[in-house]
Amino acid sequence: MVDVTFSVNGKEHSLSVNDNALLSETLRESLNLTGTHIGCDTSQCGSCTVHLDGKAVKACTVLTAQAAGSEVTTIEGIGEPGSLHPMQEAFNEHHALQCGFCTPGMIMAAIGLVNESESLDGDGVRKGLDGNFCRCTGYHNIVKAVLSAQQNM
Amino acid sequence: MYSFRYHRAASIEEAKELHTTSDEGAYLAGGMTLIPTLKQRLADVDDVIDLGGIESLKGVMTSGTSMKVGGMAVHNEVAANATIDALRHLASGIGDPQVRNRGTIGGSIANNDPAADYPAAVLGLNATIHTNGRTIGADDFFTGMFDTALGDSEIVTAVEFPMPSRAAYIKFPNPASRYAVVGVMVSETNGNVRVAVTGAGTCVFRASAMEEALTNEFAAESISGISIDSSSFNSDIHASAEYRAHLVGVMAQRAVSQIS
Ligand SMILES: Cc1cc2nc3c(=O)[nH]c(=O)nc-3n(C[C@H](O)[C@H](O)[C@H](O)COP(=O)(O)OP(=O)(O)OC[C@H]3O[C@@H](n4cnc5c(N)ncnc54)[C@H](O)[C@@H]3O)c2cc1C
Ligand code: FES
Ligand code: FES
Repeated sequence: MVDVTFSVNGKEHSLSVNDNALLSETLRESLNLTGTHIGCDTSQCGSCTVHLDGKAVKACTVLTAQAAGSEVTTIEGIGEPGSLHPMQEAFNEHHALQCGFCTPGMIMAAIGLVNESESLDGDGVRKGLDGNFCRCTGYHNIVKAVLSAQQNM
Repeated sequence: MYSFRYHRAASIEEAKELHTTSDEGAYLAGGMTLIPTLKQRLADVDDVIDLGGIESLKGVMTSGTSMKVGGMAVHNEVAANATIDALRHLASGIGDPQVRNRGTIGGSIANNDPAADYPAAVLGLNATIHTNGRTIGADDFFTGMFDTALGDSEIVTAVEFPMPSRAAYIKFPNPASRYAVVGVMVSETNGNVRVAVTGAGTCVFRASAMEEALTNEFAAESISGISIDSSSFNSDIHASAEYRAHLVGVMAQRAVSQIS
C-alpha cells in the first residue's frame, strides 16, 4: 500500500491505496466520485478525463500514487445544480449529449482545450477532442457547445 | 494488473539505485505505454520507479546551435516550446491532448515502438541522447523493434537536437490511434541531408538512396522515382507492406516540398 495525500475538487484527502490503484478507481471507489466514467479502460475513449494540476488526463492511465501532492478536478468539482460551469450550460443548451456516458470526460477535455487555446474554430475543437469518443451525438452539437462556451469562459 | 511496489524517486541516482536492486524494475515516465502494458499483463514487474518527481529531467532549453529536451518533457511542452518547427509539429500530432499532457520523449524513445513519431525526429535530425552515464548518437540508439542501445538501468536524461537549416515531418496517421502508419522526417543541417522513416519497418531507419538524391538536388522530383524495398515492412489490417512502401515515397516528397 502507498499513502497518498492529494487535493480533489479543492478538498484535501489522505488515503492508503494499493500501489497499482488507478486514479479512476480511487476517485470512483474510495471517494465515491462516480461522475468520472470508465468506458474502455485502455486509454482510448477519454470518458475518464479529469484535470491533474490543471491539465486534462485520462484517469484510467494514471496511478493514484502518481497524483500524490497534486490537485485533481473532476466533473463534480466544476459546477453545481443552479450554478453550472459555462461548459455544462452550453452542453445543455446545444443538446450536446444523449445517453450522457461520454459527457463528464468530454466536458473536462473541452474545458482543458478552451483554457489552453486562444480562440478555437470548429476544426480546432474537433482536433482538440480527438481523445474523446461519443457513440451517440455524432459530435456536431458537441462542437457547437464548445464553440459557444468559449465565449463565456 | 499484477501487483508491484511503487516508488517515487527524488533523484536520478535514487532511481537507478532502486532499479538496480530490484529483481524486475521498470521506470515510469508518462505511463501512456507502461500502464496499458501492465493492465494487459503483458509485463509483470516487482518495482515501478516513477521518474515524475525528478526536476532535472524536465523542460525544453535552446542554446545557439542546439535544443535540449529533458527526458521527462511531455509532448505538449515540446509542441508549445520547441524552437525547431518540425519538432513542434511532430509533437503536436502525437496521439490526443490527454496523451500529450502525460507522454514523454524519454518514454517514447526508450520504448521504440515501430510506429512512434519521436524516433523519426531523433534519427532524422541526428540528435544526441544523453543518459545518466554517457551520450549515444542517434545512429547507434535504435537497435530493433522495441529495442534500443540503453543498458538495463540506464535513464534517458535529455535529447539534444542540433538546429537544422531546414526540416519537415509528415505522417500518415492511423485514423484511430494517430500512431504513424508511415512518418518521414527530412532535414538538412550544415549541408547534410537526412531522411528517417518510422511506421514502415520494424524499427525507424534512414532512406539512404533518398538522402543521396536530395544531397545532389533538394527537390521532391529528385526522389519521386526512387522505389523502396518493402520486403521487411510491416503488414497489418491498416496497410500492406507494399502500401507502406508507397507511402514512404509520398510522405518524403511532401516533406521535401514543404521546405524547398
Ligand atoms: C491513445 C494513445 C495514442 C498514442 N498515440 C501516439 C502517436 O500517435 N505517436 C506516438 O509516437 N506515440 C503515441 N502514443 C504513445 C505516447 O506518445 C508515449 O510517448 C509513449 O507511451 C511513451 O512515453 P511515456 O512517457 O508514456 O512512457 P512510459 O509508458 O512511462 O514508459 C515507456 C517505457 O519506457 C521506459 N522509460 C520511460 N522513461 C524512460 C527514461 N527517461 N529512460 C529510460 N527508460 C524510460 C519505461 O520503463 C517503459 O518501458 C500513444 C499512446 C496512447 C495511450
Ligand atoms: S476509460 Fe480511460 S480512456 Fe477510456
Ligand atoms: S452522449 Fe452517449 S456516448 Fe456521448
